[in-house]
Formats: sequence, structure tokens, C-alpha cells
Amino acid sequence: MKDADSDSIEDRRTFLQKALPAPVALLSLLQGQDRKAESKEESEPAYNPAEHYYGMGIDPGLCIGCGRCAEACKAENDVPREPFYFRTWIERYVVQTSGETVVTSPDGGIAGFSPVAEADVLRTFFVPKLCNHCANAPCVQVCPVGATFITPDGVVLVDKDYCIGCRYCIQACPYGARFLHPVTLTAEKCTFCYHRLVKGLVPACVEVCPTQARIFGDLRQRRSPLHRFMRFNKIQVLKPHLNAEPKVFYANLDGEVK
Amino acid sequence: MPQQVTRLAVVFGILILALVLARSQLVPKTFGQAGHYRAAAVTEIAAAKIHYAGHEACAACHEDIAKTRSAGRHRNVACEVCHGPAADHVAAPTDVHPSAPKQRGRCPQCHGYDSARPTGFPQIDPVTHNPVRPCISCHQPHAPETPREPEACGACHGSIARTHAVSAHALIGCTRCHETDRRHKTTPLLIRPSKPASRAFCAGCHARDAGSPKEIPRVDVTTHGERYVCWQCHYPHFPEAK
Ligand code: HEC
Ligand code: HEC
Ligand code: HEC
Ligand code: HEC
Ligand code: HEC
Ligand code: HEC
Ligand code: HEC
Ligand code: HEC
Repeated sequence: MKDADSDSIEDRRTFLQKALPAPVALLSLLQGQDRKAESKEESEPAYNPAEHYYGMGIDPGLCIGCGRCAEACKAENDVPREPFYFRTWIERYVVQTSGETVVTSPDGGIAGFSPVAEADVLRTFFVPKLCNHCANAPCVQVCPVGATFITPDGVVLVDKDYCIGCRYCIQACPYGARFLHPVTLTAEKCTFCYHRLVKGLVPACVEVCPTQARIFGDLRQRRSPLHRFMRFNKIQVLKPHLNAEPKVFYANLDGEVK
Repeated sequence: MPQQVTRLAVVFGILILALVLARSQLVPKTFGQAGHYRAAAVTEIAAAKIHYAGHEACAACHEDIAKTRSAGRHRNVACEVCHGPAADHVAAPTDVHPSAPKQRGRCPQCHGYDSARPTGFPQIDPVTHNPVRPCISCHQPHAPETPREPEACGACHGSIARTHAVSAHALIGCTRCHETDRRHKTTPLLIRPSKPASRAFCAGCHARDAGSPKEIPRVDVTTHGERYVCWQCHYPHFPEAK
């Protein structure tokens, strides 16, 4: 099943590849063919992806909606500053006594929120969001060229040099976590700050979160803070019915959160 | 073999060869090594530049400040939240200087009042809280304290205080229902106020025979809502009888 699938994907990819300008082919003809030279172990000897499997825990009950995570994410990953590109963002939920729920996220929460009109509010809270790094990621399944993939350590990444900008993955993501980079015209999303992980640092959003509303950890390690987080909280994931097996775990999530 | 077959075979042979050749050139070298993707992409992504050095890095040189911070209420607030990404500064401390936010604008990002913030988080109204003067003239940014203990419970329970202030219970002080040790205001998580524990507490004012002022509405506490504690039906900070 899996093989048949990847074969047909391969065909589509070859087709698309051939549609690309021929000069690229000529260029690479001139380069050496040593396959081993690019293997990843070589450049990062200390880091073994097989030893890790990352996930994030989020406790909306601790989130103060300061937006520092969204700010740090943009600075760390050179995300375009325009208010509609985010790798992580914060939503404010206002559940009214009438039953209606108003969700806002002006500028992703970076510049703060205007105060809630307090009359008729039943409850109100913040929810941080980001790519869920699904173990069964719909975005990876729809990519026609293999430009988005899951690493052995459980992170969904985009190969921006290989992405053809077809936007399938942006459509497929149930969490709205992807966008098209306005300059490179390739798909973009949260990487769990992969470049920090391989150096033993936590993602930038976790580093700057002042209330530990975000917990980062390794699902393979019992001593990980994520393990404790999952032991002591009632855990929920977003849109579980889609079977995407997200790896961003929410503690005591409100039923209104979609 | 008929001539046309050999010719066709040659043509097909060339086409297939061209296809194989083109494919070997067009498919990136590391494609398929680790899965259905270009393995080199992982290395490229992993090599991206780091901007946030992390608070552990700062402690190596700013030991004193790191120590002050870890003993104060900002212990979980990372250095670079306020000073901005400082990896360049760590690499070249004297050439690159991080900014220090001295203006009033920065602190309210976290401390400005918003009822969506969890109760207990210290919040102020940036417009009315000691206007004009910079926050750091009264609060040390690395280990902030309140120059005096906050008078009002609303400093950290703003949303409850505002609701309570317009309710039928507005004239009943918080501490009438919550016995509060002073230390709750400085170490709120360790020292917790009491909460009413039984129906008898509310009955003290609302029972038919209670010795409270007579304008207070009465109920028969033996039958009224019997199986539940009163605050399962009436929100104590905004009791409603509708
Ligand atoms: C390698 C040692 C070193 C490390 C690591 C380091 N600093 Fe510094 N920092 C210095 C030195 C030295 C100065 C004084 C620079 C000068 O006066 O030219 C300084 C000055 C500063 C200043 C004051 C700048 C000013 O304009 O007055 C701030 C703020 C600061 N550092 C923040 C940080 C933060 C945040 C980190 C962690 C990300 C950090 N530093 C890590 C050595 C370091
Ligand atoms: C809540 C915001 C905040 C946090 C968190 C914070 N700082 Fe500061 N820091 C400031 C402000 C504001 C100033 C300016 C103080 C002044 O000018 O009186 C400052 C000044 C400084 C200075 C230069 C002046 C001095 O006192 O020597 C250094 C160095 C510094 N901070 C390092 C750090 C380090 C290291 C950390 C983390 C351990 C840190 N800061 C965390 C807000 C912060
Ligand atoms: C990134 C968010 C963040 C920023 C920015 C920030 N703080 Fe805080 N502040 C916190 C947190 C978290 C606490 C601890 C709250 C707790 O213990 O529940 C805190 C606590 C405090 C307290 C103690 C309140 C009390 O009741 O004792 C004061 C005062 C304070 N901060 C002042 C400031 C000032 C002044 C600035 C600007 C220089 C500032 N904060 C910037 C997050 C922040
Ligand atoms: C003139 C000195 C002064 C200035 C300036 C000042 N504060 Fe305060 N702050 C106080 C005092 C006194 C208290 C404690 C008593 C109270 O509640 O008013 C306090 C309390 C607080 C608290 C705890 C919650 C509370 O209401 O008790 C926070 C948070 C806080 N201040 C943040 C700030 C921020 C942010 C700024 C800048 C926008 C700032 N302060 C400016 C004097 C000051
Ligand atoms: C410095 C900030 C601060 C001030 C001032 C403050 N509180 Fe609190 N309060 C907290 C925090 C933090 C919590 C814990 C919230 C949580 O558990 O999520 C809390 C919890 C409580 C609780 C719930 C206790 C429980 O066990 O569930 C009550 C009741 C309470 N506070 C009453 C008061 C009263 C009454 C006052 C005024 C006399 C007051 N607080 C002043 C920060 C504060
Ligand atoms: C008439 C009595 C009464 C008064 C007055 C009152 N409370 Fe409460 N409070 C309660 C009761 C009862 C609960 C328990 C509610 C529950 O568990 O459903 C409670 C719960 C709380 C909690 C726990 C968190 C929550 O939202 O349930 C906090 C914090 C709190 N009160 C703060 C305050 C503050 C601050 C004031 C003053 C502005 C205040 N209370 C005034 C009766 C009162
Ligand atoms: C200190 C006395 C006192 C205590 C204790 C007290 N109340 Fe009240 N209650 C009042 C007063 C005064 C009023 C307002 C009467 C009025 O409207 O003039 C009131 C009003 C009410 C109302 C009617 C509101 C309306 O709209 O008619 C309800 C319901 C109520 N309280 C419930 C409670 C509950 C539940 C508790 C226990 C958590 C409680 N009360 C504890 C004094 C008290
Ligand atoms: C099962 C839900 C429930 C519980 C538990 C409950 N109440 Fe009520 N309460 C109501 C309802 C419904 C009304 C309005 C209709 C009525 O008067 O019976 C009301 C009305 C009231 C009134 C206003 C009466 C008036 O004449 O205006 C007061 C005061 C009151 N309750 C106090 C209490 C107290 C004190 C307790 C705990 C001993 C309590 N309630 C427990 C449901 C409840």
C-alpha cells in the first residue's frame, strides 16, 4: 500500500521536475555525484535524531496572551513582519452568555488585544496555536513532490528549495498552520525551531513564555517535562476526529476551541 | 529481424537512456536517503542562524543579574523577552549591545489588564497606574517588587473585582468571605486564602432567622436548593436570583 502510493507520487514528481527549466540539469551535471558527502550525520555528529521524538504541551489556563511567543518566533525564524504571516499565534476566546463565541487574533496577538467588553461574558481565555506536527500529517500526504516530510525525531519540515509552491499543503492543513512565503513563494510553517533543537535549545516561543504555558519535551524520555505535563493534566488535541495524530497537547482544553 | 523493429528499438533505447539520465540528474542527490524527501534539507534547516541565545547563555557573563532574577518574581521571564534576541551580543559582547526597555510601553504587554488573563496574574491599568513615570523607576525589572503591598485584591484578581463591584454583593468585602493572610499578596501560590466551605456560610446572612439586616433577601435554607452548595447555582461574585 505504502509502496504503491509513493510510486505514483514519484511519477508526478518526475513529471513536475521535467517541467522545470533544463539549465538546472546542466548545472548539476557539472557537479560531482558523491551521495555520501551530504548525509546529515556528518555535519551534526553529536545529534542523533533517532533518540528523540518531540512534542509540545500547552496549558491555556496559564497563558496571559502577551504575544511574546509570536514575536520571538518571527525574530528567530525571519518570518515576514506583515500581520498575516505566522508560525505561531494566540487566539482570544470570548464565550458570551448568549452562547456565541468570539475568537480574535489581531496581528497574531503580537501587539496585544484590545480589552474585552465585559458585559455578558461567560468566560474568556487565550489559546496559543502553532503547527501540530502531526504524526499522520495531511500536509505531507498531499505534497506532490516530497518537499514536506516528517523527520525521524517527529518534526514536520518544509524543504524550501524543493517546494514548488502549489499550496496543496496549505489547503490540507486542518489547523491553518501554513502560509505561502511572499518572497520565496514556497510553503512555510513552524519547525519547532529545528535549528535550536539540534543544538539542545528549546524553541524560541518556549524560551520566552513567561508563565510556562508552553512546555517542550521529548516523548521518548520519561524525565522530559512533557512527560510530567501529560501525567498530571487531562490532555486533549485539536480536531482529534481527523486522525492526524497531532503532537501538540493541550491541557484542560475548552470545548469551544477548534 | 525486420529493419523497422531495430530502428524503433534504437529510438526507444535512446529515449529510455535519456530518461534515465535526466532522472538521475533531476532528482536531488540525497532524495530518498532517509525517506521520501531530500535528506540534505534537514541539514540545511538545522543550520539556520540562532537569534535567541537562551537565558542560560546570559548567566555566564551576567551572573549577578541572573541571580537577582532567579530569586524574584520574574524568575520565569527570559532575559531576551525584554532585551530582544541577543545571540549576536553573546558572540561579540562589546560590539553588539542589546536594547534595554526603559519606557512604559513594554511592561503592559504582560501586565496590562485583560479579563481573559488568568486570575491571580498581576495586572494594572497602564493609563491610571502611576502615570507618566517609567515603570522601572518604582519596580526593579530583574526582580520586581511592589513598593508597598497591593491594597486591593483586584491587583491580581481584576476580573473578579470588577464583576463583584457591580453585583448585589458589592458592599461585602472580599475578606468577609475569604480569610486572607497578608502573605498571600506576596507569595500567592504558597499562602492561599480560605473559601466558604458550606451552605451555613451563606445562611449566616440569608437564612430566615439570620440576624442580618432585614433588607437582605431570605430563603428557607433547609429546602432551598438543598442538595447543592449555594455557589453551584449563584455565582458568589455576582449572585443572581433570576
Ligand atoms: C560573553 C559574555 C556575555 C554574555 C554571554 C552576555 N553578555 Fe551582555 N554584556 C557583556 C558585556 C561585556 C557587556 C558590556 C558591554 C559594553 O559596555 O560595551 C554587556 C552588556 C549587556 C547589556 C547592556 C547593554 C547596554 O547598552 O548597556 C545588556 C542589556 C546585556 N548585556 C544583555 C545580555 C543578555 C540578554 C544576554 C544573554 C542572551 C547577554 N547579555 C549575554 C557580556 C556578555
Ligand atoms: C522584565 C524585563 C527584563 C528582563 C526579564 C531582564 N531585563 Fe535586563 N533590563 C531590563 C531593563 C528595563 C533594564 C534597564 C534598567 C535601567 O536602566 O535601570 C535592564 C538592564 C539590564 C542590563 C544593563 C544595566 C544593568 O543593570 O547592568 C543588563 C546587563 C541586563 N539588563 C541583563 C539582563 C539579563 C542577563 C537578564 C536575564 C537574566 C535580564 N536582563 C532580564 C529589563 C529586563
Ligand atoms: C513577558 C511578560 C512580562 C513582562 C514583559 C514583564 N513582566 Fe512583570 N511579571 C511577569 C510574570 C510572569 C510575573 C510573575 C507573576 C506571578 O508570580 O504570578 C511578573 C511579576 C511582576 C511584578 C510582581 C507583582 C506582585 O504582585 O508582586 C511586578 C511589580 C512586575 N512584574 C513588574 C514588571 C515591570 C515593571 C515590567 C517592565 C520592566 C515587567 N513586569 C515586565 C511577566 C512579565
Ligand atoms: C510611582 C511608582 C510606580 C510606577 C511608576 C509604577 N508602579 Fe507599579 N506599583 C507601584 C505600587 C506602589 C504598587 C503596589 C500598590 C498598588 O497596588 O498600587 C504597584 C503595583 C504594581 C503591580 C502589581 C499589581 C498591583 O496592582 O498591585 C504591577 C504588575 C505593576 N505595579 C506594574 C507596573 C507597570 C507595568 C508600570 C509601568 C507602566 C508601573 N507599575 C509603574 C508603584 C509604581
Ligand atoms: C500578588 C497577586 C495577588 C493578590 C494581590 C491577591 N491574590 Fe489571590 N491569588 C493570586 C494567585 C496567583 C492565586 C492562585 C490562582 C490559581 O491557583 O490559579 C490566587 C488565588 C486566590 C484564591 C483562590 C484560592 C484557591 O485555593 O482556589 C482566592 C480566594 C484569592 N486568591 C483571594 C484573594 C483575596 C481575597 C485577595 C485580597 C485580599 C487576593 N486574593 C489578593 C494572586 C493574588
Ligand atoms: C459572598 C462571599 C464572597 C465574596 C464577597 C467574594 N468571594 Fe470569592 N469566592 C466565594 C466563593 C463561595 C468561592 C468559591 C466559588 C466556587 O468554587 O464555585 C469564591 C472563589 C474565589 C476565587 C477562586 C477562583 C474562582 O474564580 O472561583 C477567587 C480568586 C476569589 N473568590 C476572589 C475573590 C475576590 C478578589 C473577591 C473580592 C473582589 C471575592 N472573591 C469576594 C465567595 C466570595
Ligand atoms: C454579609 C452578608 C452576606 C453573605 C455572607 C452573603 N450574602 Fe448574599 N446578599 C447579601 C446582600 C446585602 C445582598 C443584596 C440585597 C439587596 O439587593 O439589597 C445579597 C444578595 C444575594 C442574592 C440575591 C441577588 C438578587 O439579585 O436578588 C443572592 C442569590 C445571594 N445574595 C447569594 C449569596 C450566596 C450564594 C452567598 C454565599 C456564598 C451569600 N449570598 C452570602 C448579603 C450576604
Ligand atoms: C439548585 C440551585 C440553587 C441553590 C443550590 C441555591 N439557590 Fe438560591 N435561588 C435559586 C433560584 C432558582 C432562585 C430564584 C427563584 C426562587 O426564589 O426560588 C434563588 C433565589 C435566591 C435568593 C433570592 C430570594 C429572593 O427572595 O429574592 C437568595 C437570597 C438565595 N437564592 C440564596 C441562596 C442561598 C443562601 C443558598 C445556599 C443555602 C442558595 N440560594 C442555594 C437556586 C438555587
